[in-house]
Amino acid sequence: MNALPPQPPRAPSSRLKRRNPLVALKPPLVPPFARSRAAQGLTAAAALGVFALQRCEKCGAAQYPPRDACVQCLSPRLRWRPAEGTGELLSETLIRHGQELYFRERAPWRVGLVRLDCGPSAIVALHGDCAPAPSRLRLRLALDKSGQALMIALPEKDTPDMAEDPLVRETTCAPRARKVLVTDAKTKVGRAMVEALVAAGADLVWAGYAAPWKPSPHLEALGALEGVSLVPLDVTDESSVRELAGSIGGKVDILVNTAEYHRPGSIASRGGVATARTEMEVNYFGLLRLSQSFMAALKARAADGPASATAWVNILSVHALSNDPAHGTFSASKAAAFSLAQALRADLQASGIRVINVFPGSIDDEWNARVAPPKLSPAALAKAVVEALERGLEDVYPGEVAKDVMARFLENPKALERELAG
Amino acid sequence: MSWRAFSRTPRRSSENSPGERMSSPVLAHLITDIVAGRIRVVDLTHTLAPEFPPIVLPPEFGESAPVRIEEVSRYDARGPAWYWNNLSFGEHTGTHFDAPIHWVTGRDLPNNATDTIPLDRFVASASVIDCSREAGEDADYLLSVEKLRAFEERHGRISPRSWVLMRTDWSKRSNDAVAFQNFDETGQHTPGPDVDAVRFLVEERDVLGFGTETIGTDAGQAAHLRPPYPCHSIMHGAGRFGLQCLANLDLLPATGAVLIAAPLKIRQGSGSPLRVLALVPA
Repeated sequence: MNALPPQPPRAPSSRLKRRNPLVALKPPLVPPFARSRAAQGLTAAAALGVFALQRCEKCGAAQYPPRDACVQCLSPRLRWRPAEGTGELLSETLIRHGQELYFRERAPWRVGLVRLDCGPSAIVALHGDCAPAPSRLRLRLALDKSGQALMIALPEKDTPDMAEDPLVRETTCAPRARKVLVTDAKTKVGRAMVEALVAAGADLVWAGYAAPWKPSPHLEALGALEGVSLVPLDVTDESSVRELAGSIGGKVDILVNTAEYHRPGSIASRGGVATARTEMEVNYFGLLRLSQSFMAALKARAADGPASATAWVNILSVHALSNDPAHGTFSASKAAAFSLAQALRADLQASGIRVINVFPGSIDDEWNARVAPPKLSPAALAKAVVEALERGLEDVYPGEVAKDVMARFLENPKALERELAG
Repeated sequence: MSWRAFSRTPRRSSENSPGERMSSPVLAHLITDIVAGRIRVVDLTHTLAPEFPPIVLPPEFGESAPVRIEEVSRYDARGPAWYWNNLSFGEHTGTHFDAPIHWVTGRDLPNNATDTIPLDRFVASASVIDCSREAGEDADYLLSVEKLRAFEERHGRISPRSWVLMRTDWSKRSNDAVAFQNFDETGQHTPGPDVDAVRFLVEERDVLGFGTETIGTDAGQAAHLRPPYPCHSIMHGAGRFGLQCLANLDLLPATGAVLIAAPLKIRQGSGSPLRVLALVPA
């Protein structure tokens, strides 16, 4: 078998101290979930990793917290706009008690009053490396363990090991020191994903493979990498999924579902439903089988120390939003998977496990050989996934094509439908 | 004259009135001998399971569904007192039967599908050609007419309407799916018959069909023979059958075994997984 080209550098000191097995596991508590509909605008921004505030279309004022009318001029014409995420720390305090179990268990909390450069003031959670007031800060919208937006302040400039701060670890899902299952490592995307996770400092990457008799030029070399373990997994086979969950389910911190079946073509280009059914078997039912076998153990370990179970990543397609008729049945299977992923997210967020949905455009692989560029390279997709985990995002549109399709979808879904039909 | 003139469908036993039915001492002896252990029943079948390797075609072709067994209930909330599964598979999975309609050459023959093949074809004697040494040395080994003639010199002429089974001991690889499939970058490497051997068996020996331990009746590299896939194109074109993924051929005598190999009665079925039993003198 071919040797792998350059091996990814392995991040140092990626192993954490082992948990004392005699100490009871903490229950997976989450902070309060309830938000006003207006405040969900913050969550939508945080899910994409952008900093956005309500801005009044009449008087131009930015405001925080979100409301149904402008606090300056009472106009209801408020729009969510990207905003400058910088400001000044005016004062801070340490909260040592909390009535909510989640806050109580994690006390004390360093909280500060910040004046944003774009106008409003906000009470925010402070990163441990923020200098005492008065000091300059960077502000971020992060998703907390309940999946809702939380405004946090980071020091003005990066500090060493700033990702190790409890506030960052609570709001992100970094693969460093964690154990990750990549469900199909035989595809180009799967291979890139395993390599990127190793390079990001994962403690262990289980690389799943189906149909061992089909030669894979890179699988053996992947298995020889330090920190990678090959495991048999066929997501179309209930017993295979259950068997692997029985073996490693209680150890998986992050599950990245790369298993995908894709045959290009319009629905008129081939008779029967055999290919479409296989797409559903892998892309939709595969996700369902994985969910049923791996969810329970992930939820149970959601508060298992600094390397707790933390995230579930689905590689979907931007055409889950709007069908690409040149890949008609594939798009449909991804739409089904997207819908199921929403159900999965609703279930897992009660335990603080994040479901990250990734919506790439055409990936540069053998099944998009007849698609004109730009196409997303498997390595770029893998990089986007690692970044989403490290930043704690929830919805990822990697590459310009995906971002463009998403923007057109949000602006006018009917127009996008017609454009894709053309 | 070939036995193949089977436009006359055999009478079903139910058509006989009870008064017409004759007792057969042969059947009585058969059961007595099975009970007494003088005739052994040998299972030539692999367990039908998801992990058993399926046939693999180039990815641009339609693919056979693999074997899947999915629980409906197991003495639980879905059905408190009962256990059962939903079962799905392609016609050509596990130990399976190939009907003439499977290949384009046999598409227009009469009685060419699993539901229309006359029932008496499903019970037949078998000759077992031992190619285990050759296949062990060369995964691409092709069974030749010379080998068949050498077999006949030792064991007698291959009788019409009998199965010819190619023993390669390939079934012993079945717990290692990679070795069983034996793919490399030029495709699959498994033994099978050469073109002349298939012609000889059909035209000069009038056999019922050809059975192998591998995933096809043809060799792994048979796409490169002329014609390609001779065992499919010639056998099925002449209305003959195939048996694939057989096990335990090493437990059979060279001649004298009787096979009971009836596929599922699938409407216009091109093949079917089945239980293949061999009756063998103890």
